Amino acid sequence: MVRPLRAALLAATAALIAATLSARAEPAPADPDPKDPDPRNWPAVLAEARGQTVYWHAWGGDPTVNAYIDWAGTAVSARFGVTVKHVKLSDTAEAVSRVLGEKAAGRDAGGAVDLIWINGENFAAMKAADLLFGPWAEALPNWRFTDPQANAALTQDFTVPTEGLEAPWSMAQVVFYHDSARLPDPPRSMAALGEWVAAHPGRFTFPQPPDFLGATFLKQALYGLSDNPAALALPEEASDYAAVTAPLWAWLDAATPNLWRSGRAYPQNGPAQRQLMADAEIDLAISFSPSEASAAIAAQELPDTVRSFVMEGGSIANASFVAIPYNASAKAGAMVLADFLLSPEAQARKQDPRVWGMQTVLNVAALPDDARAAFAALPQGAATLPPEALGPTLPEPHPTWMVRLEDDWAARYGAGR
Amino acid sequence: MIDGAALAAAPAPRARRPRLLPWAPLVTLALLIGPVAAGLAGTLAPAFGWLPGLEAAPGLSAPGLWPWRDLLAWPGLTAAARLSVTTGLLSTALSLALALSICAAWQGTRAFAAIERALSPLLSVPHAAAAFGLAFLIAPSGWIARAFSPWATGWTTPPDLLITQDPWGLSLTAALVMKETPFLLLMTLAALAQTDAQRARLTAQTMGYGRMTAWLKVVAPRVYPQIRLPVYAVLAYAMSVVDVAMILGPTTPRPLAAQVALWIADPDLALRFRAAAGAILQLLLVLGALGLWRLGEIAGARLCVAWSCAGGRGLHDGPARGAALTAAGLIAGAAALGLAGLALWSVAGLWTFPNALPDALSLRVWRAQAGGLIGAGGETALIGAAATLIALTLTLACLEAEHRHGVRPSTRALWLLYLPLIAPQVAFLFGLQTLAAAVGLDGSRAAVIAAHAVFVTPYVFLSLADPFRAWDARLDLVARSLGAGPDRVLWAVRLPMLLRPCLTAAAVGFAVSVGQYLPTLLIGGGRVATLTTEAVALASGGDRRVIGAFALMQMVAPFAGFALALAIPALVHRNRRGLRHGP
Repeated sequence: MVRPLRAALLAATAALIAATLSARAEPAPADPDPKDPDPRNWPAVLAEARGQTVYWHAWGGDPTVNAYIDWAGTAVSARFGVTVKHVKLSDTAEAVSRVLGEKAAGRDAGGAVDLIWINGENFAAMKAADLLFGPWAEALPNWRFTDPQANAALTQDFTVPTEGLEAPWSMAQVVFYHDSARLPDPPRSMAALGEWVAAHPGRFTFPQPPDFLGATFLKQALYGLSDNPAALALPEEASDYAAVTAPLWAWLDAATPNLWRSGRAYPQNGPAQRQLMADAEIDLAISFSPSEASAAIAAQELPDTVRSFVMEGGSIANASFVAIPYNASAKAGAMVLADFLLSPEAQARKQDPRVWGMQTVLNVAALPDDARAAFAALPQGAATLPPEALGPTLPEPHPTWMVRLEDDWAARYGAGR
Repeated sequence: MIDGAALAAAPAPRARRPRLLPWAPLVTLALLIGPVAAGLAGTLAPAFGWLPGLEAAPGLSAPGLWPWRDLLAWPGLTAAARLSVTTGLLSTALSLALALSICAAWQGTRAFAAIERALSPLLSVPHAAAAFGLAFLIAPSGWIARAFSPWATGWTTPPDLLITQDPWGLSLTAALVMKETPFLLLMTLAALAQTDAQRARLTAQTMGYGRMTAWLKVVAPRVYPQIRLPVYAVLAYAMSVVDVAMILGPTTPRPLAAQVALWIADPDLALRFRAAAGAILQLLLVLGALGLWRLGEIAGARLCVAWSCAGGRGLHDGPARGAALTAAGLIAGAAALGLAGLALWSVAGLWTFPNALPDALSLRVWRAQAGGLIGAGGETALIGAAATLIALTLTLACLEAEHRHGVRPSTRALWLLYLPLIAPQVAFLFGLQTLAAAVGLDGSRAAVIAAHAVFVTPYVFLSLADPFRAWDARLDLVARSLGAGPDRVLWAVRLPMLLRPCLTAAAVGFAVSVGQYLPTLLIGGGRVATLTTEAVALASGGDRRVIGAFALMQMVAPFAGFALALAIPALVHRNRRGLRHGP
């Protein structure tokens, strides 16, 4: 009775498995395709881009950011005839996962992703798995306004050389913010933070690693506590990992029982942590954007008594980028969009705290006069530190540190003690 | 199982055209099971160390058992698996107990009609929206604490209490109970229509049994077999839910399904293998828990027989009836307050603790999101309507085939129908995404509609099957004797009479489609933006104002569906009094 149906199902399953198998039999060609656009011939790129639709996969969790992306898309459409569709991700890795899925399925052209907002371990993973198109970024016309000599973060993404596989579009730097109404004088070093946490149990937390901001807190803390910060520039295998990180674990062992919810629960990301500040559940928080506090005050998310501060001894800074997958459908359009994002006009608008408030990747001093004036005219929020008060910047540690720190943190504090 | 031999030999000399109808059930099942089976195959391969496309990444493409060793070495595994099992079993048992007690205590009374009216709208509330609402209600900085602070509690800052994200998963369980009790209640109601419950209970009561005892002893044993599959679907869902677990569940560690979803999304490609092994483990856990539940059913049946034979009349059921009513009120109240809180947040400016109301009101979020809401709303409506139409067509074809050719699904065929609901989504959607990409089907609206149809069809079938079968077959005879062929009977008599249940089933299907997150995201390649995918993406930004706006829109869409399902029959049947309350 059952047999015909079962046989049909078996046959269908077998056919599908066979389809998967055959996809593997033809490995993806890694060589550059002669049909791909060449950024050195920019007029040809512009011509090819006209009429294309660029699916830009970018984190969609912040209405402010979404509005900026919307503006950029409208501008690129009006000027270059490139339609931009913002694919709103809740996690950038979804785009990585998608490109990987396509490669697994043998879809080596006509992919779903044209441009990804990316950096750090997502970039390292895509580069290692040969999932990126390029090099192209350093041939963009607006690249000339950057100064990679002075700003190494533009060509070293978490110490991994970008090699022109991604174009920078934002600078970020670690700052902390506090509510001056509840906490007038915040602790400005890791040691002081440790003492403050012990004295004020339940009033501090950080996003749960492997959230990137939580992992950034671990790295920032490691910089502030380690005797040997130079080791962080190299892969962790090259140094005595246990010795370098011992002060961090000692600090966390002491602090964790006095964290928010006694360290038994954590906010899941930066915005969730910001909500805890808004709800007065915590008194200070880490951020990767010097203007986050001002923007949140303007959006009525935080009270206007919130102020920013930085840790003594320097703060981690990095750049975030846009990259094009190897199988993107609209590579020319994606390059045109990336070049527009790098333009002084788009960069100045992005740095405007009323719009978004992210720092530019351009070398403002070397810009033409009118562009320089546009940057100089930008207002600054009350909760944003002036550039000279942001203190020294620290480079991102090698990605291997982040992976190992996340794993060890999860084993020690994250997986059911 | 469909009777295959009978199918192959289905005799129908009357047929003048190629006979497609008798194959409808088989085609439907294949369409439902095919994607699930294919997706499972696509997950099994990486669980054993093989993921094509990773050749370029060194050391990641050797088949073997290493993904399982990697999974077992993950320190949170025991706790994560335990959480999945305990929250799943506890929330299912509680929801079932509540649904049955409410029916036992109040069925047939005016209070029951009120409970039904209060709880059924909850069905169309997406799980994530309900969870967000509950979280804002019960958190230490939530609405309840704000209402009593600082005048009663003395709190000027929220207390450091672990209420949401508690390590035992109790707030997660509460949210699931809040959503699943109404579902099981309505499923019980549908089953009751088939069982002559009212008279059975009355008979028992005339023998001196108390109201609840009578219902539990004579009605429940007949009802339970009919709601068994929905109960299993609830258990499987509760064990493997991702979005609710992300909002309310513990995080140190997370329940297994939520952790697997994070591994799938991790940039470290090696974690895909651990994720695949974890997804398979999740499937095994669900199967194990279903087995455990089955054993519980057998033991429970024995106990109930003994209890019935003991003959206790259970006359003093006042407190129990009160408790059932209170529980129903609590569920409806918590849901309503939570959603009201979200609505208020969507128009809130600054809203600091401990203020019970926003410090300022603003339409900023609605204005800023209007474009996105309209675009995503249109896409949601289009996909939902198309998927529902497919599901309705398949269901009607199956039911009509059953009517004309006697191709009646057995219990085991119904099991297969439930497969897309019982197999954990994380276990097969990643594999399905890979396969959809292989045949070039991903990223299109059509593929998303097809994927939605897989999840919508079971619900449409379940909603429509009983009213369709309950249709008085003598009407068929009368129409045929007046010269109508079977097609004319279907189009001119049966469907017009069944318009109301058809539209209700369509509304249920539409609501299911609106709520789909993982299938839309994975199969749509992110290119297909619905209200739910936008809501979850924005929820990652944590701004309660935006979450509130999208959660409200997410609720409005299915509500509109249900409203149409009520309005259209009322309009069409305005001159047909006998049809107004269903055939």
